[in-house]
Amino acid sequence: MSGVTGRRRTLPGFGLTMGLTLTWLSLIVLLPLAGLFLKTFELSLAQFFEIVTSRRTLNALKISFGLAFLAALVNLVMGTIVVWALVRYRFPGRRLFDAVVDIPFALPTAVAGVALTALFAQKGWLGAPLAELGIKVAFTPIGIFIAMVFIGIPFVVRTVQPVLIDLDPEIEEAAASLGASRWNTVTRVILPSLTPALLTGFALAFARAVGEYGSVIFIAGNLPNVSEIAPLLIVIRLSEFRYADATAIAVVMLVVAFLIIFLINRVQRWAQTRVPAF
Amino acid sequence: MAQLDLITPVAPVRIREISAEHDARTEPRLIRLSIIGIAVTFLSIFVVLPLVVVFTQAFSRGIGAYLAALAEPEALSAIKLTLLVAAISVGLNLIFGLAAAWAVAKFDFPGKTFLITLIDLPFSVSPVISGLVFVLLFGAQGFFGAWLQARDIHILFAVPGIALATTFVTFPFVARALIPLMQEQGTQEEEAALSLGASGLQTFFRVTLPNIKWGLLYGVLLCNARAMGEFGAVSVVSGHIRGETNTMPLLVEILYNEYQFVASFAIASLLAMLALVTLVMKTILESRLQEGQVPRDD
Amino acid sequence: MTIEVRNIVKKFGSFTALDSVDLKVGKGELLALLGPSGSGKTTLLRIIAGLDWPDGGEVRFDGENALARGAGERHVGFVFQHYALFRHMNVFENVAFGLRVQPRAVRLNETAIKKRVNELLDLVQLAWLSDRYPSQLSGGQRQRIALARALAIEPRILLLDEPFGALDAKVRKELRRWLRSLHDEIHVTSIFVTHDQEEALEVANRVVVMDKGRIEQIGTPGEVYDNPATAFVHGFIGESIVLPVDVRDGRVELGGKPLNLEPQGAGAGPSRLFVRRHDMQVGPAGSGVIEGAVRRVRAFGPIQRADVALPGGEGETLIEIDTPRDRELNPGDLVGLQPRRYRIFSAST
Repeated sequence: MSGVTGRRRTLPGFGLTMGLTLTWLSLIVLLPLAGLFLKTFELSLAQFFEIVTSRRTLNALKISFGLAFLAALVNLVMGTIVVWALVRYRFPGRRLFDAVVDIPFALPTAVAGVALTALFAQKGWLGAPLAELGIKVAFTPIGIFIAMVFIGIPFVVRTVQPVLIDLDPEIEEAAASLGASRWNTVTRVILPSLTPALLTGFALAFARAVGEYGSVIFIAGNLPNVSEIAPLLIVIRLSEFRYADATAIAVVMLVVAFLIIFLINRVQRWAQTRVPAF
Repeated sequence: MAQLDLITPVAPVRIREISAEHDARTEPRLIRLSIIGIAVTFLSIFVVLPLVVVFTQAFSRGIGAYLAALAEPEALSAIKLTLLVAAISVGLNLIFGLAAAWAVAKFDFPGKTFLITLIDLPFSVSPVISGLVFVLLFGAQGFFGAWLQARDIHILFAVPGIALATTFVTFPFVARALIPLMQEQGTQEEEAALSLGASGLQTFFRVTLPNIKWGLLYGVLLCNARAMGEFGAVSVVSGHIRGETNTMPLLVEILYNEYQFVASFAIASLLAMLALVTLVMKTILESRLQEGQVPRDD
Repeated sequence: MTIEVRNIVKKFGSFTALDSVDLKVGKGELLALLGPSGSGKTTLLRIIAGLDWPDGGEVRFDGENALARGAGERHVGFVFQHYALFRHMNVFENVAFGLRVQPRAVRLNETAIKKRVNELLDLVQLAWLSDRYPSQLSGGQRQRIALARALAIEPRILLLDEPFGALDAKVRKELRRWLRSLHDEIHVTSIFVTHDQEEALEVANRVVVMDKGRIEQIGTPGEVYDNPATAFVHGFIGESIVLPVDVRDGRVELGGKPLNLEPQGAGAGPSRLFVRRHDMQVGPAGSGVIEGAVRRVRAFGPIQRADVALPGGEGETLIEIDTPRDRELNPGDLVGLQPRRYRIFSAST
């Protein structure tokens, strides 16, 4: 309504608030991030390449990205089941479990880290029975995976939930009246409508797990090349004052994170342009 | 008489069963129960159990040991520092969030979507990197390191660094809570206030603020929870100076690594309670926010 | 207070919302801005209020440059289409708002504010609602509260954006009459925007018909109805039968056959003949200048409405005519049509 081209804006305060926003954004977010990239330019391409492809770095990146991908996949499947149960069925404790989904968001990561470790340690409530089966979770890559699943739970559920709630019941009834079995209706009508939200949730869970630090390091064991995640390697390099190494790893992770945001935006746009076609 | 009594209650039950089985929008009972069972088991193991563990560990040596752990000077100083850092970063992001939401939601300008993406940026940066960027700026080898050292100004391994990193991490919360709300409310009430002679500030305080108060509180609540609980970013810039630059999450780590489990989980339990209180308040605020939507008859 | 709008231009990106608009509003007038959506009427109203700013032109109140002042300094009462009542304030506080935000030096004291608000609530006959919140009011009540709030600042001009747009038909009629009598009572210069011709013709002293950012005609309700200045106005106001005709050698032709009608100064070339439906006299074949065949007849309240096919150059043209119910009319009948009054406009206008 308020015109872009008019000589004046109707509501006051645009200059002030926009100025404050841009200044603050630049100082707190953009300048520090720019500093990171500036620091990488101090490295030659060969140096950068050498750091990033060194065995320990490569392994750390593999562990972070690989396990994050697996954890996000599990979250995709389990998140779909959880969201389906929460939205479509009525059962005792439903509202409580709905609230519980947000705990991984709200619980400080260090708390989650020590709690998961205590739970899955060899004498822990879950660690002990698992150890009897010969499965060691704490201080192994499986531990990292568990922590990443924990941290990613809310993403799929919370991105898919509103879409599933808003899904027009008539499309299911239409499918049923056209003779589709329930299985066909779910797989051919409902799931395709949820795909953009599922992809977004998956990407968000993946991005979060890749960068996760607090909830992972306690349970990880942190053995170089085996259970050492990339964020931890950054911290280690910093404590050794090898800033260049830390920066190079950070840039790789940041670029991937930006790629993910870009992909999510594309998925959202695709979803928006696709929806009216239904 | 007796026959009637036998017959009447049966019929509705059967109809309900049949209709549930044939409802176009649900699944067979067995599948329904399995899905609920899997969902509940998954959430219980992965979310509820870890939370329970925190409290059982904290109280494993009784309430006396628990309280003693919290009364340690180190614990008290960590609590104080956490509150201070949260107050600073929430305060700063509150002002920023209001300004950004006003500019973005009430005006049209080119590049608006891009600006929102930039505001969201800290959400997608690893906490460790969020700390690292400040080390690169203010550390001994950083861009401003020498300059700061010459003037004996301490940012890194001191409160300013921790506050900066926390502000970075919590940057989007308030703005993101307000922007959709204010966009949805539009500008008509503000225009009405202005046409009635109200000044810009009067319009903001008397018309805009009352309309967004729950949304604002919502943003502050989430911002505060993250500020108090932030671990990775703070861990990188803090320097872990005991009794000085350890926040509560950092103290949880230190005590845990020193095998002081009761003390570690005692601090962790405080943070867990913060999380629970936050969730409860969040639920309340969400219902408030829904009530706040005045239906328009157009 | 008089309002003078001179040469106002307003663009939204590449879209021209107002294209050099000129308008004079006299003291105490009740003026309607009438047009279809997208005609620029609301934009013009918002520019007069100071809620939008033109890209060029002047707005003068009593000769004084209004564009030098912001919305709050113009003493304009604005009633928004969706009322824009403050949802967190009750009715009393909504109406009192404009009084409470005055600078301390000129602000009324609490007793005076109370008195004034109660007077206004009496004026809009809603004093009994003063403790209610906007969400507890009906559409018509919200509308009247919005009006009372706008009047509280003793505006020099009252502007109303689609004041009855969001109301159901019955309430709309009631409020229309009420607004008219309210204006007779307080006599403040008022402009309201509407897309409903009936509303404009019934309520306003003068009607401004707008289309595509331009003013098509300004006149009393009688003038715009009886003497539409342009084809658009004729088509927009009242129900018209429109026939494509050609003007050749000073004669009007329909489908190649000359009609015994005056071209009324329309230049040679394709033109359009406008006849109000009630001005089209229907008689037996040969009784009028236009001949047609009845295709379908249906009862329509007190009248009967018939589709009549007219032979044309490219196929036939179907028009709807009205006749009294008691007149025998059957599909296949040939009828003669004689316009009692008509207008011819060149197709280019």
